[in-house]
Amino acid sequence: MQVAGSFFFTDPFGEALMVNTTQPTANLAPATAVKAIQDERLREVSLLTKIMRRPELGALAGLVLVTIFFLSTADASMFTLAGIMNILSPASQLGILAIAAALLMIGGEFDLSIGSMVAFTGLVFGGFITLSGWPLLVAIAATFVVAAVLGGINGQMVIRTRLPSFIVTLAFLFILRGLSLVGLKWATGGSTQMRGIGDQAGEGLIRELFSGVAFEGVFSWLAAHDIIAKFPNGTPTVTGVPISIVWFILFALAATWLLLRTRAGNWIFAAGGDANAARNSGVPVDRVKTALFMLTAAAAALVAILTVLDAGSTDARRGFQKEFEAIIAAVIGGCLLTGGYGSAIGAFFGAIIFGMVSIGLTYTRFDSDWFQVFLGAMLLLAVLFNNFIRRKVTGER
Amino acid sequence: MDTTAPLIDIRNLVKHFGSVIALSGVSLAVNRSEVMCLLGDNGAGKSTLIKTLAGVHKPTSGEFLVEGQPVAFASPRDALDAGIATVYQDLAMIPLMSVTRNFFMGREPVKGIWPFRNVDFDHCDEVTREEMHKIGIDVRDPHQAVGTLSGGERQCVAIARAVYFGAKVLILDEPTSALGVAQTSMVLKYIHQVRSKGLGVIFITHNVRHAYAVGDRFTVLNRGKTLGTYKKSEIQIEELQNLMAGGKELQAVSEELGGMV
Repeated sequence: MQVAGSFFFTDPFGEALMVNTTQPTANLAPATAVKAIQDERLREVSLLTKIMRRPELGALAGLVLVTIFFLSTADASMFTLAGIMNILSPASQLGILAIAAALLMIGGEFDLSIGSMVAFTGLVFGGFITLSGWPLLVAIAATFVVAAVLGGINGQMVIRTRLPSFIVTLAFLFILRGLSLVGLKWATGGSTQMRGIGDQAGEGLIRELFSGVAFEGVFSWLAAHDIIAKFPNGTPTVTGVPISIVWFILFALAATWLLLRTRAGNWIFAAGGDANAARNSGVPVDRVKTALFMLTAAAAALVAILTVLDAGSTDARRGFQKEFEAIIAAVIGGCLLTGGYGSAIGAFFGAIIFGMVSIGLTYTRFDSDWFQVFLGAMLLLAVLFNNFIRRKVTGER
Repeated sequence: MDTTAPLIDIRNLVKHFGSVIALSGVSLAVNRSEVMCLLGDNGAGKSTLIKTLAGVHKPTSGEFLVEGQPVAFASPRDALDAGIATVYQDLAMIPLMSVTRNFFMGREPVKGIWPFRNVDFDHCDEVTREEMHKIGIDVRDPHQAVGTLSGGERQCVAIARAVYFGAKVLILDEPTSALGVAQTSMVLKYIHQVRSKGLGVIFITHNVRHAYAVGDRFTVLNRGKTLGTYKKSEIQIEELQNLMAGGKELQAVSEELGGMV
């Protein structure tokens, strides 16, 4: 029986269905003895199926593969603490966008305006700081409000017109990018870069939440005890965890919890899986989708604030093509383009793969222009793999 | 609440869409422990009638009583709250979601304090497994996707969900039309089971055989009007077929082809 169980794994559902469909016709009350045996036999596969059913499986496998690849080809310095921070830093900025994009994709919509939203909210944030002279906390709050309103407009537009979100947000990709350029020139008197935001923002607790590094104390303690590398003068080579990585991890955890454990999470899956069926069951689909668009825009604003405060300035090219990278990371993370399936933690891994490949190639002897080839191949593999998994999971033929 | 009054009683229901008259005076009643079959060809007004009962459309005129009380639903949610649950043919379940998540979709039980309020999925799994067991569907694992269930099983899960959440009247929109023979008998058996629990069922179909197998009474709809309601003892299956398909034409074709259509 044990062995039979694992054979079922190759096609557990086809077999199970056959048994089941013939059963009710035979007798009104199916024999309980027969049933018990069926149960026993079919439960054997459930552990393997359970693992297979996780949407992030592909991304995790991909991460392992990519890590093995770089472990064997890259310079050893890639996997030192400093090297890992180097990889995670860009990965975290992309990751925040990718996780939001993943939630939206699971909810059945796209947002192609994420990248432009980063530039636009960066400009808005810079304007609040330098032109209006608002305190940092107020400027940050106001930036999030602007982003949420823009996201809400995106969402309402998609819902009311019933046009594909692909087209509506593609329009916003250009509108917001153009507005960023025009706005920057207007605000700075002709320049496409706005400087002095970092100086104007001042120091303090709020600043520390959005820029610099975290856990400095821990890192200097570790260095003092010779656990991590340090310079001859005693300061650690890595002074702390860049704050964007902390945000990235917290956001991944929160999004995963939201998706898997809350009512809103169930509604996101339902809205993306089949909006009509969800509506018939009393799920407020339009509200869910609008909220997701607002969340995506807010994630873009968060990335804008983090990067602008770090750089001290903002420019019109900020977030360029990030919408595609975010969607790629989400797809590598197991999201289906058709919605209703995917995971936030998968997008987390997807973004790390992305960061690892883009930074990692510089540690190898390969020309870093191979990056795009690598990326395309990765995307293709992920899509093929996800498609295969989905068929297995749903028994689609 | 009047317990002897029909669960649903509609009298002379009229529904216009602009200049189109979709329903021009439909009367129908469903009692407890009764399967009322609503028969009609395409365009007879079945869909409009269901959607009116389900709270999607508002009637232009006519009376709509639930357990003797006049009602006016503003949304499908109102109808659900009044105990009228509609199971649509294709639009009931989401294939990519698990059986549990589908079962509790829109009515997830939550525990804890906001903002840490979460869904009690252990309880949900428990209930789902139990309910599935009751109707004889062997759910290996409540986490499996609904897409792995057969069409008949999906219909049964959708019906079980409606029953679990306290429906008094079930409106089944062509639950058997896309199913094979074995699957159909599974669904019909379950409808029979639901009726014996005291629920009223409105079973919409254009398959007279399926209707005759489980129906107590039959209402035939044609061109937005009820042609009449018949008890099972009052009408034969052939008569019902003729009534539904406008009779004569079909009979002519039938004779031409040398048999029953």
